[in-house]
Amino acid sequence: MKRILIVGATSAIAMACARLWAAEGARFFLAARDAEKLAALAGDLRVRGADVASFQMDANDVAAHAGMIEQAFQAWQGLDIALIAHGTLPDQSACERDAALTLREFSTNGLSAIALLTSLANRFERQQGGALAVITSVAGDRGRPSNYVYGSAKAAVSVFCEGLRARLSRAGVALTDIRPGFVATPMTQGLPLPKRLTATPEAVAKRIVAGIARKADVLYAPFFWFPIMLAIRCIPGALFKRMKL
Amino acid sequence: MSWGRYPPLPQRARAANWCGGLPALLASAAKEKGSTLAHGEGRSYGDSCLAASGEVIAMRRLDRFLDADWSSGVLRAEAGTTLADILAVAVPRGWFLPVTPGTKFVTLGGAIANDVHGKNHHRRGTFGRHVRRFGLLRSDRGRLVCAPDAEPALFAATIGGLGLTGLIEWAEIQLMPIASSHVDGLAVRFGDLGEFFALSAELDERHEFCVSWVDCAARGKTAGRGVYMAGDFASDGPRAVENRRRPGVPLTPPVSLVNAWSLRAFNAIYWRKASAKRRYVRGGYDPFFYPLDALPNWNRIYGIKGFQQYQALIPDAEARAGVQALLDAIARSGKGSFLAVLKRCGGDASPGLLSFPRPGVTLALDFPHSGHLEDALFPRLDAIVHEAGGRLYPAKDAHMKGEDFRRAYPDWEKLAALRDPLLLSHFWKRVAQ
Ligand SMILES: Cc1cc2nc3c(=O)[nH]c(=O)nc-3n(C[C@H](O)[C@H](O)[C@H](O)COP(=O)(O)OP(=O)(O)OC[C@H]3O[C@@H](n4cnc5c(N)ncnc54)[C@H](O)[C@@H]3O)c2cc1C
Ligand SMILES: NC(=O)c1ccc[n+]([C@@H]2O[C@H](COP(=O)([O-])OP(=O)(O)OC[C@H]3O[C@@H](n4cnc5c(N)ncnc54)[C@H](OP(=O)(O)O)[C@@H]3O)[C@@H](O)[C@H]2O)c1
Repeated sequence: MKRILIVGATSAIAMACARLWAAEGARFFLAARDAEKLAALAGDLRVRGADVASFQMDANDVAAHAGMIEQAFQAWQGLDIALIAHGTLPDQSACERDAALTLREFSTNGLSAIALLTSLANRFERQQGGALAVITSVAGDRGRPSNYVYGSAKAAVSVFCEGLRARLSRAGVALTDIRPGFVATPMTQGLPLPKRLTATPEAVAKRIVAGIARKADVLYAPFFWFPIMLAIRCIPGALFKRMKL
Repeated sequence: MSWGRYPPLPQRARAANWCGGLPALLASAAKEKGSTLAHGEGRSYGDSCLAASGEVIAMRRLDRFLDADWSSGVLRAEAGTTLADILAVAVPRGWFLPVTPGTKFVTLGGAIANDVHGKNHHRRGTFGRHVRRFGLLRSDRGRLVCAPDAEPALFAATIGGLGLTGLIEWAEIQLMPIASSHVDGLAVRFGDLGEFFALSAELDERHEFCVSWVDCAARGKTAGRGVYMAGDFASDGPRAVENRRRPGVPLTPPVSLVNAWSLRAFNAIYWRKASAKRRYVRGGYDPFFYPLDALPNWNRIYGIKGFQQYQALIPDAEARAGVQALLDAIARSGKGSFLAVLKRCGGDASPGLLSFPRPGVTLALDFPHSGHLEDALFPRLDAIVHEAGGRLYPAKDAHMKGEDFRRAYPDWEKLAALRDPLLLSHFWKRVAQ
């Protein structure tokens, strides 16, 4: 039975992952900020046969991280997987007018994940094994005028992961950087996403669970985002600047 | 759109992600549209699942299990949980749905709102009989818990209440124990309705599940022929979740693939293929209960105009003559579908106020949509149903006249009085207002 910590467990993508893990047999430690949602999710996973402990926490409350991680390790005597899933989609134009808001969004999508990874990495390193995973985004591959606050926060996490992965590999710890494209979740509800490019959380979760199991380094989800982002990364800056994205 | 793809009334959906978000969705519907309606999997055929305002609240994402007691088979889940979701966790633990319609892709909320029935109606009544309690959110009274002994009036009105009494947030149901997920099936063909009634009288009480297919294209000497099918869960064998899926119908053809020619040919072959002797076979539950679920989007075969289902119940006393008259009228019209279904309903009363089944025989079949249906055929069928003291099933209806509905469902006024003022369907506007 895998022992799994999920931060931002009430995210639609995380929940879909948790259900797949529950079907294999798992013990969860769920951290999220909304107690009511957390209770509903815990109930769901228990009915599916999993053992569940939960912890209410705002990811931006960095002082609470250590206690949460401690409890997670104690709950099931170690962890096999830790998935960091929380995030928000900032209102880009509001951020442009408000530096404090920009920093808050940067903290939610970037700094809080970096803080969690810092603490988790040390525990996993000591454990000499296990898999860390964090959901970033294809938006981190290139800065676009329509959402560069979000994109740059995710990019910070991705680059942080690249370095941390090399360090952790010596301890036998995997670190997967999950980069989803458009996914139909509460976060994107109401946005005019291109239908053909938008995946369900269930489809993305399948790829994530399989990717973590095979200790993938960088995981585009669905896969077709890999060639798309490869092409987009190749566009020269001078041209990219003039594109409407 | 509904499953029949008719009537073509456009709908916009706002998705509910968490029960906690429902009051805000209701409030914004009240402000912007004046009314709304809960939407499950949209497996109803007509306009009962379409909001009069054109804006529904999509409940499907409210699909979390809340708790389960596997020793007693009591399960509580959010209302968007589908019957397929429930089977996936219940079957391996030795439990099955006490009542299931012919597709597993319906939500708990939808199953309650139409008080659905299945092949074991003669034994276990409707779905509503197995609902212990549910949470109801009303725009005027907030959150309520309804059970036979708490808010009994709303409990009764919501079961078969067509989604009009409030948003069902969650429900607790009693499951049925099974020893194995395999079904011992029996099939035998019959030559006319007389043989059907004789088989039904002999075998219905011996088997948990019974249903018949009837050849709606057959005329003259072959009229009323069909295949009687029965089944029971096996007493031993595996308890395995099944989910067959073939590629499905990829697109909607401009015209219906079901026409007089294909209909006669298919039905004749199907009848000949069935055995004249009683044949027993053991198989999985999925092909037995959900033959159509293996073919996603099968509703597209009827083309862009869509189709209508006609499901009538004829009370026992008039059943023989009434069903005969319906089949005659349908065969003469040359319309109809491959999937005409005949089933005897039992006497177990539902707690629901507007529940469709009654003791008697129900006939259900699909028709590719055309103007002819509502101008000529349906009025003839409606007259026969009316004459026999029968009724039509709102979950399958896109045409019934207000006066027919109000006569067949005399309790409609009680439901009207308990309706949530914010919830309104095209169906209700058509028949009750
Ligand atoms: C292939 C097939 C076979 C079928 N076989 C049968 C059968 O054997 N017996 C039978 O009885 N029916 C049968 N049906 C009909 C089907 O079972 C019903 O129409 C069922 O109610 C559909 O559920 P749904 O979740 O799709 O709901 P929808 O069709 O989306 O909605 C149905 C009604 O439920 C209401 N509703 C949905 N969710 C909620 C909620 N959370 N709170 C309040 N109201 C809600 C809606 O407002 C609407 O009035 C069949 C349908 C198909 C397509
Ligand atoms: N959907 C997409 O198209 C897409 C694309 C690329 C990447 N992603 C990433 O995928 C991840 C999951 O998102 P999702 O699509 O599944 O959306 P979601 O269902 O809206 O999930 C986002 C989750 O983050 C939580 N959260 C936000 N701020 C938090 C905070 N300060 N502390 C704790 N939790 C917080 C939310 O909690 P509450 O429920 O309490 O608000 C929510 O559970 C995110 O990292 C997102 O950036 C999504």
